[in-house]
Amino acid sequence: MSISLATLIADIDQADSPERLIAAVQALATARLEAGIPTLIRALGFNNPGAAVTAVKGLVQMGDAAVMPLLTLLDDYNYGARAYAIRALAAIADPRALDVLLSAAETDFAPSVRRAAIKGVGHLHWLKLPDSEQTIAQSRTYSTLLRVFQDADWSLRYAAIAGLQALGQSAPALQPHILADLGGFQDADVAVQARIAWAIATLQSPQPVPHSFPHPHPLTS
Amino acid sequence: MLDGTPESQFEESTTGSDAAGAEALTVEQAIANLAHPDTSLRYYAAWWLGKFRVSDPAAVEALMAALSDESDRTELGGYPLRRNAARALGKLGDRRAVPGLTACLSCEDFYVRESAAQSLGMLGDPSCIPALVSLLEGGVAAAVKIPGRPHLAQPYESVLEALGALGATDAVELIRPFAEHPLQRVQYSAVRALYQLTENPAYGDRLVAALQSNDINLRRVALSDLGAVGYLPAADAIATAATENSFKLFSLKGLLEYAVRQSPATLSADAIKVMTLMDSML
Repeated sequence: MSISLATLIADIDQADSPERLIAAVQALATARLEAGIPTLIRALGFNNPGAAVTAVKGLVQMGDAAVMPLLTLLDDYNYGARAYAIRALAAIADPRALDVLLSAAETDFAPSVRRAAIKGVGHLHWLKLPDSEQTIAQSRTYSTLLRVFQDADWSLRYAAIAGLQALGQSAPALQPHILADLGGFQDADVAVQARIAWAIATLQSPQPVPHSFPHPHPLTS
Repeated sequence: MLDGTPESQFEESTTGSDAAGAEALTVEQAIANLAHPDTSLRYYAAWWLGKFRVSDPAAVEALMAALSDESDRTELGGYPLRRNAARALGKLGDRRAVPGLTACLSCEDFYVRESAAQSLGMLGDPSCIPALVSLLEGGVAAAVKIPGRPHLAQPYESVLEALGALGATDAVELIRPFAEHPLQRVQYSAVRALYQLTENPAYGDRLVAALQSNDINLRRVALSDLGAVGYLPAADAIATAATENSFKLFSLKGLLEYAVRQSPATLSADAIKVMTLMDSML
């Protein structure tokens, strides 16, 4: 009952309605074929949000195998597709995506993409980097998150606190610095201030709260 | 050109970068531009002062004066500058604007009335309640569409929401029939106000049920209403609603603010629960 990759791809290319397209992308995602990754990435640019969200979920399930294709096929000219790719990279959390995620966190024009990248960089799996690179990568992330915290948009500052908390948990050496920063932050926004208090409480708790961040299905926000 | 498009928080957050020269204006220039011969510069200056929340007393006074502008008119007899001035004054938090905005509730331009009602709801001064109530005159029977225009006789949604925000408990019986108005958006506004005025969870639950609407725009309205009233029992339903994460994030923010107001000194379980959901919307 195995269906060939060629058939799955043909079904996507021949889909003649949005519903059929989504179903075809879903079928390819479910097959979990590494060779199908470039087609899933192509589906991010079909201008069909349902298909794109389905493809993102499929790519996240493929995990590390999808990282290099996502980075090399990143579409600089289609911002819709790029946003989905950034969300997938943030959810997979492979540190090879660091540069792309830091850049999205600081400069993407879509706040929803920035929020996903800002939170995502704090959660990267640093241990996958060579020892010599871990500290540099973490401190670059740290500076970026501190800069983002200067943004006028409350939701980006909120995301920056979530990112800093995650970084404090994933990079123990930075934790005392992050706690000191958080203690000094004052935010006029009640929601951001509450998030700061929660981040401090979480980082200070002797048994750190286990990562309660199951990666949500990246939606088209 | 702005007829019928109430600016949402999302539109507003993007308008700044679209408008050429937004960064180039200074407070002094914006205030001076409110009296500029070019009406488009006046219109823009009024928006700008609200957008950047310039609560300088001179700005407030210039905007108050603009509420009775006669020179900037649309083909249909509207008052674009008055609309923008009324919107801006709601954001500046200066209650000196209340009498002028109250007078705007009887302006012939629907959109001036709508902007004034919204701003009065934000300024929190109950002295305008009788004037707001008078716009509900005739009840649901009078709340019908004006032929040839895209709106009803009065800006009912804004009026109902303002009455809820201002704690107009005496108006509850007047508001109640609007919860059965034929238009769902009007219903939601009434339900939202009734929840604020009575704290009866049945009204909150009606907004939660609205999250299941088939119309994505109505789902977004319900999210915004739930956020505005801070209805904590809605948290999970908000997080799973079928809309974009950004709308859910903004709605949950309203719940978080409510939870923090309930217990400002400590991190309550409610606040942590809402933040956990917000984190998953990032």
